[in-house]
Amino acid sequence: MLLEGAAETVRLTALMLALGAAVGLPFGVLHVYGPRILRVAVLDPIVVFFRGIPSLVLMMIIYFGASEIGLDLSGFIASILAIGVRSGIYQSQIVRGAIQSVGSGQMLAARAIGMSKWRAIRFIVIPQALRLALPPWSNEYAGVLKESSLAYALGVTELMRQGRYIVARTFGNSLLVYTVCAAIYFVLVFLGIRLLRKVEQRFSVPGFDAAPQGRAFFGRDLESSR
Amino acid sequence: MTDLTLRLEGICKSFGSLSVLKDVDLDVNKGETKVLMGPSGTGKSTLLRCINLLDPPDTGRIWLDGREITAKGINVDEVRSSIGMVFQDFNLFTHLTALDNVRIGLVRVKGVDKKTATDMAMEELRRVDLAEKAASYPAQLSGGQQQRVSIARALALKPRLILFDEPTSALDPELTGEVLKVMSRLAEDGMTMVIASHEIDFARSAADEIVFMADGRIVEKGPPDVMFTSPQQVRTRDFFRRIGERH
Ligand SMILES: Nc1ncnc2c1ncn2[C@@H]1O[C@H](COP(=O)(O)OP(=O)(O)OP(=O)(O)O)[C@@H](O)[C@H]1O
Ligand SMILES: [Mg+2]
Repeated sequence: MLLEGAAETVRLTALMLALGAAVGLPFGVLHVYGPRILRVAVLDPIVVFFRGIPSLVLMMIIYFGASEIGLDLSGFIASILAIGVRSGIYQSQIVRGAIQSVGSGQMLAARAIGMSKWRAIRFIVIPQALRLALPPWSNEYAGVLKESSLAYALGVTELMRQGRYIVARTFGNSLLVYTVCAAIYFVLVFLGIRLLRKVEQRFSVPGFDAAPQGRAFFGRDLESSR
Repeated sequence: MTDLTLRLEGICKSFGSLSVLKDVDLDVNKGETKVLMGPSGTGKSTLLRCINLLDPPDTGRIWLDGREITAKGINVDEVRSSIGMVFQDFNLFTHLTALDNVRIGLVRVKGVDKKTATDMAMEELRRVDLAEKAASYPAQLSGGQQQRVSIARALALKPRLILFDEPTSALDPELTGEVLKVMSRLAEDGMTMVIASHEIDFARSAADEIVFMADGRIVEKGPPDVMFTSPQQVRTRDFFRRIGERH
């Protein structure tokens, strides 16, 4: 039973992260390359807004707000929407930071061979930025996985709720059951991060993550040749 | 009549209140190698970036092969794909192998199919003596090798003209030779080139004309032997005497 709950937790997490990525990537790109007005008038306020609201409150607003306007969302969907969008906003900041740490010479060189701005973003900047974004993104994975336990409050039978059912039905030892839940979360986080590290290695490019060092190296060369 | 590849007329460029280029005129014939020299901050890099419209001039007109590229409605991406550019710090795409660096413009800009593009890119890598490094990433190459890959990247698009912005300034002295050798070979092969460089020996042997700039203007130009031995202007003479002493 706990394993069923764990499976639901994994599904929740996967969908939240996927929605988050679908929101985060375009928002992150627009944040850097979009018109200034869009950033100042739309994106920045959205970021501030989502930073200031607890995910649980957001879930409640979406769940009950939807039924208010006659839209019947399941707790599952409402949780995914709330935490997915929250994560998306956060992921957009990861993407933005990653894009900004790709050297400006990359864009320059891409434009110089005749790529349009959007092609340069797609083929040169984003592939590099995503590599840089993977390590912070694995933190976000761990965060969302744990945050998914909030879906409990909307009646989703994820890991925590299954745990509670077991406690209630068997008059069991709650300490033991919740400790097992904790252990399952821990293992999921651990395995996920291991997997993401594998992905990182799979896409790693020699010397790429050492790029700042590489630049410092040439900087020194420049000095010494003067 | 010689074949005019590039014509600049009255190029002016300012950054804010700082006037960097002041009415620059320059003609470059097909197959010519022109070397831009002049003190730091004179606007050599700015001029090169005006030519391929990375930083379009404020006023003035530019013709490439008789077509005005500063005219309205010109597709600047298409213009840039026909003008190669080699940067001081190489700017190779760090996530791509040497081969992919050379090939990506063919595939993603020119729409050449991958197989043909691979053959063409290998051909250009051979031209810069780096065929055996095709699978290496930039970080695995020396500065000189990186710069030669970046020359191959420019060559791959069959440009009408290649601009070089101090291509050897970021290199250790022992690595400049291999890059200059490739550039000399291009000059002999009839490539049209505009090069900002402080390499006197290279300029003497490879340039058809030295263009001396100071304070955003072309002060004087002429063949290397004349410019290096008996320039007309005091500023030119002072400048070459100073960089001569450093050698
Ligand atoms: N994007 C920019 N914004 C503001 N000022 C700039 C910009 N690019 C260049 N400048 C200024 O324009 C002037 C000319 O710069 P430029 O880089 O063209 O000189 P240069 O002749 O290439 O010098 P160097 O030999 O040091 O490379 C400098 O004063 C520089 O600070
Ligand atoms: Mg310069």
